[in-house]
Amino acid sequence: MRAFEFVRADTADAAVRTVAAHPEAKFLGGGTNLVDLMKLGVERPDLLVDVTRLPFGSVDVEPGGTVRIGTNVRNSALAAHPAVRTGLPVLSQALLAGASGQLRNMATVGGNLLQRTRCVYFQDVTKPCNKREPGSGCPARQGVHRNLAILGASEDCLATHPSDLAVALAALDARVAITGPDGNRDIPLAQLHRLPGDHPEQDTTLRHGDLITSITVPPLAFAERSAYRKVRDRASYAFAVASVAAALDVDDGVVRDIRLAFGAVAHKPWRAHAAEEALRGQPATAASFRAAAETELAAAETLRDNGFKVPLIINIIVRTLGDLAGERS
Amino acid sequence: MTEAIPGTRVRLQVNGQPHELDLDNRTTLLDALREHLGLTGAKKGCDHGQCGACTVLADGRRINACLVFAVAAQDVEIQTIEGMSYDGTPHPMQQAFLDRDAFQCGYCTPGQICSAVGMLEEFDQGWPSAVTAGEQPTALEADEVRERMSGNLCRCGAYMNIVPAILDVAVSSARGLTPPGPPAPRSAAPQKPPAGGAAPGSRAVTS
Repeated sequence: MRAFEFVRADTADAAVRTVAAHPEAKFLGGGTNLVDLMKLGVERPDLLVDVTRLPFGSVDVEPGGTVRIGTNVRNSALAAHPAVRTGLPVLSQALLAGASGQLRNMATVGGNLLQRTRCVYFQDVTKPCNKREPGSGCPARQGVHRNLAILGASEDCLATHPSDLAVALAALDARVAITGPDGNRDIPLAQLHRLPGDHPEQDTTLRHGDLITSITVPPLAFAERSAYRKVRDRASYAFAVASVAAALDVDDGVVRDIRLAFGAVAHKPWRAHAAEEALRGQPATAASFRAAAETELAAAETLRDNGFKVPLIINIIVRTLGDLAGERS
Repeated sequence: MTEAIPGTRVRLQVNGQPHELDLDNRTTLLDALREHLGLTGAKKGCDHGQCGACTVLADGRRINACLVFAVAAQDVEIQTIEGMSYDGTPHPMQQAFLDRDAFQCGYCTPGQICSAVGMLEEFDQGWPSAVTAGEQPTALEADEVRERMSGNLCRCGAYMNIVPAILDVAVSSARGLTPPGPPAPRSAAPQKPPAGGAAPGSRAVTS
């Protein structure tokens, strides 16, 4: 591991200034991914700025119902928060589907969003990887790609984003508050992560020195009728092979409104706008859920070993929406 | 000629004792405990947060010591397996693991026990799990234990006895979840299995 200086930030401004002034500095949150990647030699910061003592550690329900989640809230605390458990079950379920009890106690919300792909080539510094070393190539297309992207990938990169939390937040139209060298801004979560294109080394639209300070979830009338379903290779403590975050509003057997996002299928949490559009006004039946899912997945591009994800995610969508529709009646 | 390696005078609070160590910033909490403080109970299994053998409690919450730099673990109270017993009396969770023969090689055991102690505290506080879904669990059941303990792997496969050991403590009134203190009342200690031993998992049911 490369040697590094360590400082603990007292204010967000100081943290931002310090990282912005050091091109190879990194913010340190819970460390569950960054420390691991430093051991692997994938991340090589020369300075860590610990932001975990900054005052962004609370969950607040604002007047009007917006839930504001401080970036330093630990995953386990967020999953257990009463407003989240009852008001945003998809969010609580997504958090609880991820990692282990220990890791959820360590991992912060902001860090969760900024974790890196678990593509085996990215994590192995002896292999080429366009994300880790731009221009070095991508062995995954011919090699190990069983769990890599089927939507929105590029010639250069097939990586998937590994977060469960981010999928739920994508379905809920969450926004991300950022403080950076150029001041404060607030962006939709949908604009935080990006597709790989020609620059897979850029996971997000953040600039060096940008610090996430909070995530906000706007009120959604039918958020209580939401769920997260995750399929993985073992029953617990594994990354998703495919996952679905959904909220459904059914009135008299007809889909009045819906929010739908997928995980483990793309470089970013995949908001299924086409499927949502196809379902609004349709009968809440397995047939229309399947037709909408197929509409969204029509854009899928599969390789030798990951084609199974297409029928898998269609089936998860049908099952999850069927369960939510059933709860309504 | 080499540049000085960045280090820090790190203050750690471990099992109620303060320590000051001059550490290379790259030193993990796990290595600080094992290599600098001689507390070798927490084990280095995978060193990547995938096995749970390094589990310790930080301010009462279970964490993977291998994924924390010691320099970032200052100002929190660390409790390791060495801090679980009191005056020679095993913690109820340690005793339950002995009574249930909940290990084979023993390498994962300190992490299992620290994790189980932290897990029961989480359960007592009403924290949900993937098994609980939206419901508030009232009693710990075997499938809940398996889910909540999934961050601790046992390559010997002693889970058949680990789950009952944890359930023994869960149903007893004296969990001893706090840092070292007086031993639990004898009457509340986990009961030993009947002579000849209970069939593995035979008590893996909720109370």
